[in-house]
Amino acid sequence: MKIHEYQARQIFRDYGIPVPDSVLCYTVSEVEKAARDMNRMVVVKAQVLAGGRGKAGGVKLARTVEDAVTAGKQILGMDIKGYTVEKVLVADAVNIAKEFYVGLINDRNTKSVILMASAEGGVEIEEVAKETPEKIIKFSINPLTGLLDYQARNVALELFGDIKLANKAASIFTKLYKLYVETDATLAEINPLVLTPENEVLAIDGKMNFDDNALYRQPKILAMREPDEDELQEIAANEKGLAYIKLDGNIGCMVNGAGLAMATMDMIQLYGGSPANFLDIGGSSNPQKVIDAMNILLGDKNVKAVMINIFGGITRCDDVAKGLIKALEIIITDVPIVVRLSGTNAAEGLELLKQTGLPTVSSMSEAAKKAIELSKR
Amino acid sequence: MSILVNKDTKLVVQGITGRDGKFHTGRMKEYGTNIVAGVSPGKAGESVDGIPVFNNVAAAVKATGANTSIIFVPAPYAADAILEASEAGVALVIAISEGVPVQDMIRVTPILKQNGTLLIGPNCPGLITPGEALIGILPAMIFKPGNIGFISRSGTLTYEVVNLLTLNDFGQTTCVGIGGDPVAGLYFIDLLERFENDPATKAVVLIGEIGGDAEEQAAQFIAEKMTKPVVAFIAGQTAPPGKRMGHAGAIISSGSGTAEEKIAAFNKAGVPVAKEPAEIPELLRRKMAELSK
Repeated sequence: MKIHEYQARQIFRDYGIPVPDSVLCYTVSEVEKAARDMNRMVVVKAQVLAGGRGKAGGVKLARTVEDAVTAGKQILGMDIKGYTVEKVLVADAVNIAKEFYVGLINDRNTKSVILMASAEGGVEIEEVAKETPEKIIKFSINPLTGLLDYQARNVALELFGDIKLANKAASIFTKLYKLYVETDATLAEINPLVLTPENEVLAIDGKMNFDDNALYRQPKILAMREPDEDELQEIAANEKGLAYIKLDGNIGCMVNGAGLAMATMDMIQLYGGSPANFLDIGGSSNPQKVIDAMNILLGDKNVKAVMINIFGGITRCDDVAKGLIKALEIIITDVPIVVRLSGTNAAEGLELLKQTGLPTVSSMSEAAKKAIELSKR
Repeated sequence: MSILVNKDTKLVVQGITGRDGKFHTGRMKEYGTNIVAGVSPGKAGESVDGIPVFNNVAAAVKATGANTSIIFVPAPYAADAILEASEAGVALVIAISEGVPVQDMIRVTPILKQNGTLLIGPNCPGLITPGEALIGILPAMIFKPGNIGFISRSGTLTYEVVNLLTLNDFGQTTCVGIGGDPVAGLYFIDLLERFENDPATKAVVLIGEIGGDAEEQAAQFIAEKMTKPVVAFIAGQTAPPGKRMGHAGAIISSGSGTAEEKIAAFNKAGVPVAKEPAEIPELLRRKMAELSK
């Protein structure tokens, strides 16, 4: 789960990380009031769940209230990578002497949280990692001790050189680690972390992602979720025990298991088709899931054919067949459907499906070819 | 021969009285797995399918000598169950539970290392040494004993491919589902190494997917350390970036972890990558024929 910058800033503040003042605004008049109240140079920043806001023109410096109003007019309503900007943050534009990067991520290889820090702040860290990986300090944190003061200080000292500044930065690092662990984050980035000419160290932008598996114990984080249209669909599917992701193609697919679902999408493409979605009905045998899944698939107007690919293990093919029969009683559709059932109780399932007249095939390759053929009719 | 589990494995089932635990205990027992104990706090003295239930893993180990555990408890309690097994001296823990928070697994990792406990999973279908022991939720009927080692991040895709192998007369030594989570126990390299050292295994099939760089590391390991042929398949070529594809670990983040990168790494290491699952038996046949020349 992702959150907006203004929400990340709030979490930072709650944990005592110094962040410049800011006001969230939904309208140009709110922007004007915020700029007037701050009475100094501000930065107007689009709040969308996409990276590269600056490059897209979604971040503008404003020296006067009039500048802020102009920026607000330009940014509110603009489109950034498919997201419409509905709100902006009007933030105190602090003077910057130097920019740094600091971030925490879960690392699969060391199976630990890694502190990453770099003196190359303010640019995308992925680019730094690609071009000049030696400019990123990486430190694997022992989960049993957490990030210790001296460890944070040593990393900060490498970055800042000066011990007084390093102490200020180290305190931010340890607070960032604390909030990272306590909120079950999967990413916490301050980019840039800035040094002001007054020797203050401040977080002026923040990015956080969270572990979906841990949301059950993070009610405060969950309350920050602002899903877009696609995500709303995904969340609704999730609540029904389905994993669903909408894609741009025209062949809907319903599969049991995430790996097989991905392989099914790949196969549709391999044979010249284009998958309309990822849909994993999971490992249970509940016919209701099949009904819910068919509703989602057939609700997508782009779908010209449906491919059902089930390899029964725990999932029983006859249960899937029963769900499918029920679904087709409820949903009237002329979208062609091709079914492949293998594994547990496949014979029983195929026998049940005879009454529906649906085409059945024995392998997933055949199913993909057939679905593509049907989609072109 | 096989890796990790065989007919001598003594299994304890954690969460044996739950719905899934009970169901799969029955199936594993039917397959012939040597299940010696179950654990369910507060249910000591009961039995499931004739298997004695204990209040905790330590008591189960003491009474039965259990050396392997399978965990069916719900995700919020999975890390606790893993640690309980480890502290009780269980050597190999298989965590089936799906949806375990990553931070829980990160905290568990150094303790398992300290205790010398091996972990498979979480969010995995388990493993099977055909004809000897089924420890997991895999559908037994598709497996048969043979000389192919099998490692996969996926569940049903494993069934799909194993079924093809079996139909093409490629039996298996051991098949391991390592699970779809970003932070998990034994992974590709750990298992490739074991298969390389297992005299009965003649070749290995590896099923990877998008997310992380474990496939790239596996490719390097194969190129540098393995004498046995490996055939691979990677799922998720059509997956959009930034979206979690069902498995928590199956996500292309910041442009890395793509199927293309993984396929390129395998190709570079001389590992053929199947375009679709149906191609795997043929690739395996070719690789094994090359070797016997």
